Amino acid sequence: MTVGASDQSLHQMTLAELGDGLRAGDFSALELTTALLDRIAAHGEALNAFITVTADEAMRAAEAADAARSNGNAGPLNGLPVVHKDLFCTAGVKTSCGSRMLDNFVSPYDATVVAKLRQAGAVSLGKTNMDEFAMGSSNETSYYGPVKNPWDHEYSPGGSSGGSAAAVAARLVPGATGTDTGGSIRQPASLTGTVGLKPTYGRVSRYGMVAFASSLDQAGVITRSAADAALLLGVMAGFDERDSTSVDHPVPDYVVGLDQPLEGLRVGIVRQHFDEGLEEQCGARVREALALLEEQGASLVEVDLPNLDLSVPTYYVVAPAECSSNLSRFDGVRFGHRASDPDDLLDLYCRSRGEGFGDEVQRRVMTGTYVLSAGYYDAYYLKAQKVRQLISQDFKNAFASVDVIAGPTAPTPAFRLGEKTDDPITMYLNDIYTIGANLAGLPGISVPCGFSADLPVGLQLVGPHFAEQTILRCAHQYQTLTDWHCRCPEAYQ
Amino acid sequence: MSLTKEQVQHIAILARLKLADEQFDDVVAKLSTIVEFVDQLQSAPTDDVVPMAHPLDQAQRLRDDTVTASNERDRLQQNAPAVEAGYYLVPRVIE
Repeated sequence: MTVGASDQSLHQMTLAELGDGLRAGDFSALELTTALLDRIAAHGEALNAFITVTADEAMRAAEAADAARSNGNAGPLNGLPVVHKDLFCTAGVKTSCGSRMLDNFVSPYDATVVAKLRQAGAVSLGKTNMDEFAMGSSNETSYYGPVKNPWDHEYSPGGSSGGSAAAVAARLVPGATGTDTGGSIRQPASLTGTVGLKPTYGRVSRYGMVAFASSLDQAGVITRSAADAALLLGVMAGFDERDSTSVDHPVPDYVVGLDQPLEGLRVGIVRQHFDEGLEEQCGARVREALALLEEQGASLVEVDLPNLDLSVPTYYVVAPAECSSNLSRFDGVRFGHRASDPDDLLDLYCRSRGEGFGDEVQRRVMTGTYVLSAGYYDAYYLKAQKVRQLISQDFKNAFASVDVIAGPTAPTPAFRLGEKTDDPITMYLNDIYTIGANLAGLPGISVPCGFSADLPVGLQLVGPHFAEQTILRCAHQYQTLTDWHCRCPEAYQ
Repeated sequence: MSLTKEQVQHIAILARLKLADEQFDDVVAKLSTIVEFVDQLQSAPTDDVVPMAHPLDQAQRLRDDTVTASNERDRLQQNAPAVEAGYYLVPRVIE
């Protein structure tokens, strides 16, 4: 195949298809990288999906990948393009975390996820836009401005991994890393018609991820197919001694079991997921998806998550508490933004942080400071950790009778930019269906399952700890029967 | 429970945040909304519930106390706003 002929279609191909093409010699990594960099140059700015595009580094990495292939040293992802959420540290490349605080920060080292993907041969094209310090559900808290939803530029792509989701949805790149603390991979995947996988807590190393809420944060991926998510997870997962909460648990081959049919799979349906609050069309699409799983031999079983309503308030104590602690490292002294002409050390701290952090980050730091402060710790933080135990127990009880829990990823399709910025609680409630998996440390995936008007809707599958294979297989089987994940926004064909 | 202006001023000092005067009322209002929202937790029955410390009930892993990294001070200080002779510069703290 000549480059000219393949150029038209390379951006529409999945990682698995591109891997086949590279191995067959249909095109080179350099040709593929050039084609996608051209697309990023053409569309990246209008979408505001990128904070940094690393074109020169990408070309060099692509050349190295081609050389490795001709030397017989091709890694499992050799020559495949990816992008990283700008929360993963990348040696020698700006790592801003969407914040003015880190606008001048060039990481001295690579995150484990970044290093592992590079060692497998993946070519990084750049760093994607995100809500500041991953605190947001719409990408509107970014210091670099909101990302646009490729399905309609008036709408939010969700957040906080909104740049990664928009880049994949617009076919600028076939796969992207993201992080998920309360839904930050799955919710933007749902709102952009992409696949978003959040693994089990501890499955993927957090080393080199700028910390937000350490007991909830987990790295994952946004792709177009579940099979591609399985491919990337296989490379990213595994024990890392540099992350004290990394789990030493064997990494299976996530791709190999995908073809196993759904016969006998027990799918839990949560009654509370379909209560008021779920937009009607979203509910209809999810019900259709469930019916399809049942047709394929899965059995639908009703399960109860009685404390679901408490998951958002629990999260908004635990996450801000951990964030106030983690973000105390930004002091204007060792790295990051520093206020000019401070009167004294206290003024240096307070003004550097006041200027460096945006409104939402400041709100969360203060909420966290309050719930951890003398006299309030027991009433808020300790209480929330107890309710978190109840929520976790609800999932354990449910998984005694089912293999996965299926339901909506988000209560609504994408919302308009600016629609929810004045009301933090309305924004927070967007994560009602996703937060539980973070509180309990469970793996979850969002898969496109149709449209509400012209905007994508996501189906969420949550599994027990380390059941990534089950949710990936269920998602993959669903995708062999549907083509929602192949739909592409008209402007990005 | 809504928060008073004095409480928010105290929290801001604890959090080492200088709030702009024009944003102050908005911060008080929004933080109050958030605190009222999380107050729903108070009604949850949690007697005898053990607070959750880790999603996988893992204990903190320890490692041997051995030197594993080399001194990279110069490289790491490239991100520092102000350094001199290997030290971070801050405003005078001792008169």
